[in-house]
Amino acid sequence: MANKSSVFDMIGPVMIGPSSSHTAGVVRIGRAAIRVLGGIPEEATVTFYNSFARTYEGHGSDRAILGGLMDMKTDDANIKQAFEIAKEKGLKYSFKSIGNASVYHPNTVKLNLVKGDRKVEVLGESLGGGLINISTIDGFNADFSAQAHTLIIKADDTSGAIAFIASVIAQEKTNIATMSVSRKGKNDKACHVIEMDSGLQAITIEYLKSLPWISELIYIPDIDL
Amino acid sequence: MSYLFEDFVGWKAYCEEKKVPLYAPVLEYEIAQRGSTEEAIWSGLLRAFTVMKDAVETGLREEMTSRSGMINNGAKKVYKYPKAVLSPEFQKLISRALAAKEVNSCMGRVVAAPTAGASGILPGTLYTLQEIHGLEDQHILEGLLVGAGIALIIEQKASLAGAVGGCQAETGSAAAMASGAIVYCLGGSIDQVFNAVAITIQCMLGLVCDPVAGLVEIPCVVRNASAAAIANSSAQIALADVSAVIPVDECVEAMGEIGANMESKYKETAMGGLAATLTGQQISKKVLIQDIEILPDEELPE
Ligand code: SF4
Repeated sequence: MANKSSVFDMIGPVMIGPSSSHTAGVVRIGRAAIRVLGGIPEEATVTFYNSFARTYEGHGSDRAILGGLMDMKTDDANIKQAFEIAKEKGLKYSFKSIGNASVYHPNTVKLNLVKGDRKVEVLGESLGGGLINISTIDGFNADFSAQAHTLIIKADDTSGAIAFIASVIAQEKTNIATMSVSRKGKNDKACHVIEMDSGLQAITIEYLKSLPWISELIYIPDIDL
Repeated sequence: MSYLFEDFVGWKAYCEEKKVPLYAPVLEYEIAQRGSTEEAIWSGLLRAFTVMKDAVETGLREEMTSRSGMINNGAKKVYKYPKAVLSPEFQKLISRALAAKEVNSCMGRVVAAPTAGASGILPGTLYTLQEIHGLEDQHILEGLLVGAGIALIIEQKASLAGAVGGCQAETGSAAAMASGAIVYCLGGSIDQVFNAVAITIQCMLGLVCDPVAGLVEIPCVVRNASAAAIANSSAQIALADVSAVIPVDECVEAMGEIGANMESKYKETAMGGLAATLTGQQISKKVLIQDIEILPDEELPE
């Protein structure tokens, strides 16, 4: 986000009420999560934490998250009918509330999603004004805002991996905005999270996927498009 | 373009020197900041105004009950009530501001202007202004740009968020934007527009953010109506050249100072004011989820 506000931050955004952190932000967490999953889930277990745990019904965050999981945008008037639409689409969902998780941001939601054989767990934080942070994916630290284009790569923790990935991306003349690596165990896989100003070509993504030391690649283009 | 939208004095000086209308530098600012085209900006504003008008109409037509039940079709009742306190126009103004804000509380589509909590104020005032004075859309869009310029300065010098500056920052800023837009649309001078902003801020200073149960419903919905009324009363005063005495830039500073010194229980935390009343707490118990798993300390996730 640019430092200076836009006219359309003052007269806008066009959004579904009641509040940007409880609706727009939550919709965006859902939209980011289905891009991690690779499609609209068949089953979703949604856990609301801390401040969200008590208020999610009153603010309609339950409808907002289902709307996001069904790829609705933040200004989609259908969000209000998300329960009914989920039923029609055969999306099974359940909600849970957990308080007192002091290590989590006050407005945190955890998504356990299933689609076919694929299962993912995504933890998202709604930071206010519709901004979000996806903090973990399957337990790995991810920490991305989903405002730009994001690349998540799980790879063997070999030396030179970071430099290699960066050089491949540089071939596309894409600016890397942020890049981070996290590891679960010492010799375990590393998770690279790269946020870029512009998108990547499909062929670059395919190439990276084909490398033997890369076990998983998730590409998340701008979720608001 | 960084010299613009630091303060109202600079905005006025720029317009006088270049002999351009008040909205022109806002347009230039947006083009310079975002690289957008003039055409895209006008069409974005038209979309926003259309969504605002739709929200007013939806709120007056469709069922509007919030999940908590605290909001329950109030706008329609006001609109249809047989006795007008002042005039039918005033009755419409109030019900329209309520209507758009009720849509927001009931998960409908609104324009956050400047925030979602204040999303009934510009729709209520501008819809009514356009109807009474038969203004062209283009004229209203220019007024919206003037309103955006006002908000850009308040954001820099004070805040637009209830969690930072209390409700004066949200509904107060929206009322200031609306008041300035009204005076602009009625052909007021730059001084009159800014005077309307100053008077509005003077009327809204100190308002705390104390939403019952933390939901954007009580008192938010009725405050959208009162803010719309204040925007109009200030415009009426300013058009007659009655001075606010304290210049608009200093009024904004006062708003920032008050916001900075406001206790956090009055900043959207639902710990003070109306939220902390007996009834407020009872409602909170009833509408908020009580069935929560509380993690014992040792089971905290890693
Ligand atoms: S009371 Fe708080 S939540 Fe309600 S409109 Fe005012 S600032 Fe927004």
